[in-house]
Formats: sequence, structure tokens, C-alpha cells
Amino acid sequence: MTVKILYFASLKDALGCTEESFVLPSGVSTVGELRSFLADRGEKWKALGEGRNVRAARNQRMAAPADPVLPGDEIAFFPPVTGG
Amino acid sequence: MTVSVQAEDFDVGAEISALSAGRHEVGAVATFVGLVRDVSGGSSVGAMTLEHYPGMTEKSLEEIVEQACARWSLYGVRVIHRFGRLEPGDRIVFVGVAGAHRGETFAACEFIMDYLKTRAPFWKLEETPAGARWVDARDSDDSAAARWEQSSR
Repeated sequence: MTVKILYFASLKDALGCTEESFVLPSGVSTVGELRSFLADRGEKWKALGEGRNVRAARNQRMAAPADPVLPGDEIAFFPPVTGG
Repeated sequence: MTVSVQAEDFDVGAEISALSAGRHEVGAVATFVGLVRDVSGGSSVGAMTLEHYPGMTEKSLEEIVEQACARWSLYGVRVIHRFGRLEPGDRIVFVGVAGAHRGETFAACEFIMDYLKTRAPFWKLEETPAGARWVDARDSDDSAAARWEQSSR
């Protein structure tokens, strides 16, 4: 019941975390629920909180909050992209 | 090879030539080259570092190219995006589109850049006299991408 979570750019800096292996708690079954759970882990994790401009990807595709999270998934959180 | 994500620079002339090499049905090649500027948001920029999401970056660029090919009749597309530390004047991105006529190649080239700006997972960290700062996404980039949703061409 584990997922891999990646963080990028300013979010990675704010959290001091690039990557973690995360055991899905019960009640966390969507990308949005995962984000809320992580945001409640402590002060710095508020960077993932509601109102912050955070995007998500599930298995390397842009994801919406309602998208499911399943064991083995690679979930990424990051600020809006600024390439080009 | 349609999409490349690389640290190395690229040769614009060679890429343009390759898009039409041996293909005499190609009547138009439209290109875009993005460069690092030495100013941003009112302050000078000494350099920038482009971070990306290996794996997703390539997939998202390939998906954008597929969408362009579904939308217009194209003979060839080439997208190169660099990552790592770049200095003012350095090339960041190349988009080249080959087709029969200018209309679809101009449009497809702009479409690919507009989508790349909002969907490809790259982030810019600028080095300024006040320190390093992450570049904020611009609303104008979202609206540039959104206009392709409304028009069929």
C-alpha cells in the first residue's frame, strides 16, 4: 500500500524533500485527499495546503484532485510549470 | 527522434535542415527558438537553472506533438528543450514544424509552444543580485494555451 511521492522546484525547497516512499493511510484514495493529508503533517507542509498554487501528476501525467491514488503509483506535486 | 530533453546546446541550422532532408513534399518549415534573457521582472539575471521531471517531461512533450499532428497535416516535428544551468543568450528551447504550407506550420509551432509553456514540467530558477528565485507562472501563458481550446484552428 505504498506510493512514491516526488516534489519539484519551489515546493521541494519549501518542504526540504525531493522524494519519499509513503504508506497510504486509510481514507486516502485520491490525489486531493493525499495532498490534504500531507499538508496536515506539520508547519512546512502547509506549502501543500488549500489555496497554494500546487499542481499534481499521477504516474507522470497531469492529475486532477479527484483522480485515484493506488498502491505503486508515482505521485508528484509541484508549482505551475515555467519552461520554454 | 522527435523530442529531446538534454543539457547540451543544439544546432538550429542542422535541425531545420533535418526537418526537410530528402522530403520534397515539405514546402514550409516554421521554427521557434527560446533564449535566456538578462532581465526578468525588473532585475538583472546572471543565469538560470532549469529543473525538470525526468520521464514525465518527455511524455508530456510527445503528447503535445501528437496533439499538433492530430490537428494539422504535418510532415515533421522536432522539439528540443534544455535543462541545467544556462546563461543569458543561451538557447533554451527549439520547436521546428515541417508541412506543405506556411499556415499550418506557423499555427502548429505556436500551439506546441503555448502547450509546452503550461504542460511540460520545467521550472526556472533565476540567479539575480538579490539571490536565487523561482520564476512564477504567468496567467498570460494559461490564456495563450486556452485559446486553442476554443478555436478548432
